[in-house]
Amino acid sequence: MNEVIAVEGLSKRFGQVQAVSGLSFTVHRGELFGFLGPNGAGKTTTINMLTGLARPDMGTIRIGGIDCTQRPRAAQHLIGVVPDESNLYPELTGFENLCFCAALYGLGKAERQERARRLLDQFGLAQAANRKFGGYSKGMKRKLTIAAGIIHQPEILFLDEPTTGIDVAGARHIRQLIADLHKAGTTIFLTTHYIEEAERLCGRIAFIVSGRIVRTDTVERLIQSVRDKHVVQITCSKMPDDMGTRLSQFFPGLELTSQGRESIRVEAGEPIRVGPLVRFLEDQGAEVAEARRMRPSLEDVFVQITGIEAHAMGQEQEKEKAGAG
Amino acid sequence: MRLWIAFWNILLKDMRTYYLKPPNISWGLLFPVAWTAMFFIKSGKGLDSILALLPGVVALSILFGTTSMLAVTVTFEKKNRSFERLLLAPIPLELLMLAKTGGAVVFGVANAFVPVLMALFLADLSQVNWIVFVPAVFMIAVASTFLGLFIAVAVSEVFEAQTFSNFFRFPMIFLCGLFFPIEKLPVFLKPLSYILPLTYGADMLHGAVHGRQSMPFPLDTALLGGFCVGLFAVSLWNIKRKWIL
Ligand SMILES: Nc1ncnc2c1ncn2[C@@H]1O[C@H](COP(=O)(O)OP(=O)(O)OP(=O)(O)O)[C@@H](O)[C@H]1O
Ligand SMILES: [Mg+2]
Repeated sequence: MNEVIAVEGLSKRFGQVQAVSGLSFTVHRGELFGFLGPNGAGKTTTINMLTGLARPDMGTIRIGGIDCTQRPRAAQHLIGVVPDESNLYPELTGFENLCFCAALYGLGKAERQERARRLLDQFGLAQAANRKFGGYSKGMKRKLTIAAGIIHQPEILFLDEPTTGIDVAGARHIRQLIADLHKAGTTIFLTTHYIEEAERLCGRIAFIVSGRIVRTDTVERLIQSVRDKHVVQITCSKMPDDMGTRLSQFFPGLELTSQGRESIRVEAGEPIRVGPLVRFLEDQGAEVAEARRMRPSLEDVFVQITGIEAHAMGQEQEKEKAGAG
Repeated sequence: MRLWIAFWNILLKDMRTYYLKPPNISWGLLFPVAWTAMFFIKSGKGLDSILALLPGVVALSILFGTTSMLAVTVTFEKKNRSFERLLLAPIPLELLMLAKTGGAVVFGVANAFVPVLMALFLADLSQVNWIVFVPAVFMIAVASTFLGLFIAVAVSEVFEAQTFSNFFRFPMIFLCGLFFPIEKLPVFLKPLSYILPLTYGADMLHGAVHGRQSMPFPLDTALLGGFCVGLFAVSLWNIKRKWIL
């Protein structure tokens, strides 16, 4: 039995809002499957239905071979869940929270404490083990919530936007932890609105927009569709207004998109020679600050398939890039 | 074993974080004193009336102690989402809710014995039938805990839970025959008395303390037990319907 999660025709409506409609997908054992979509796409609603916190209006769910459609909580011994918001007890310490969560799965006292200590170490929270969870910083809370979701060593882990609102270093650490869990054999279902995160971590990705899956495929195959595309990003410190028009007259084979007043994105189906472009711009009175070849990324695929501009997916991503670069 | 560990730790966590907090303990002590003093002053009969007042004070201590706690252990945890963690655990919902309410039952029983201990110093309790009294206290604690649970899952805000419980609690003080015999109530209020669980608990307590009860003990027990099962079942149904969206 290789299909650990099998979903067929899943739909859910809240009053006027059709949160999820007709989702079908499967997740295989040991896979890291990503659900990538903008705010309000229906990611959390899907996780809630898969984990027994919500009942689907239509469709079927099988988790680990157990039919959870009629009995939403039937497969809970198999799963671990890290929700989008921390739901631990603010009045308990980090250590107590972890021990309590382990107890919910029936682990004995010695084992609970041993695992809690190990996880606190692994997540860099050993110093804060005896502090109240309520006083933790956002990043620490996030990490402890992940630790609490895996303390019973579940076969299948659901992660709802694990790095949202976390600084660059914290997010990187969390991604490393997720990658390690995946290597250790845990099947992971991850939602995110960070395209780069999905690209870096996931084996297969479903693009979800307005409650529908628009495309599911492996990251390689998704990128394959834009692999033959060549992109150059040109940034100018000074640029005449009609530069775009002049460029497209002179270089008819290139596809040009202006991004703001200072930046032009050049795309073509064959390698682009940067030199003539820059020379032309300078001749026309522009001052070129930078011309950069871009590796085609999942972002391009996402934009192409969903029609959603990547920057609409959230400002934090921009912040993160700025921080990383 | 696995389920027992979960059950016990949920209970223990609630006891530690909610019930054994100084404000709750002092509240549990102060409350019976205040009630006793109030009725004492009002009746003006002196120490003889202690035995007459004891069932009422015991029942109210349990009622207020248990119902107010459920607003915290259930409504508050639902609101701040930690309740989700419990719903995600591989525990049958029935067992989960018994664990969440178990602490309140114990707290209610403990509250009941505060006025009893105080009465020990003021009156002669030798004629009290403890074999009836103790089970009665336990059953009242269970019934009012489940009433609290019923209220806690019917609302979504803590303040609503508080308001809604007063809607039940204050009429109960007057309608359950704790301080005013049901026979003396106006005719149109009598049916109301008989649909309140505390009426049967109060009857058991009166019987145990001074031997004046109006219904046979097994009938009281059966009816009170029926209320417990009914309230618990409705609460579970409400959780399944409203919280598992
Ligand atoms: N309990 C609810 N009641 C009413 N509407 C809801 C409820 N839960 C979700 N919705 C609606 O369903 C849609 C999908 O929401 P969902 O939370 O699943 O999105 P999401 O992809 O997780 O978004 P985000 O990235 O912001 O977390 C939204 O329009 C949301 O308003
Ligand atoms: Mg979400």
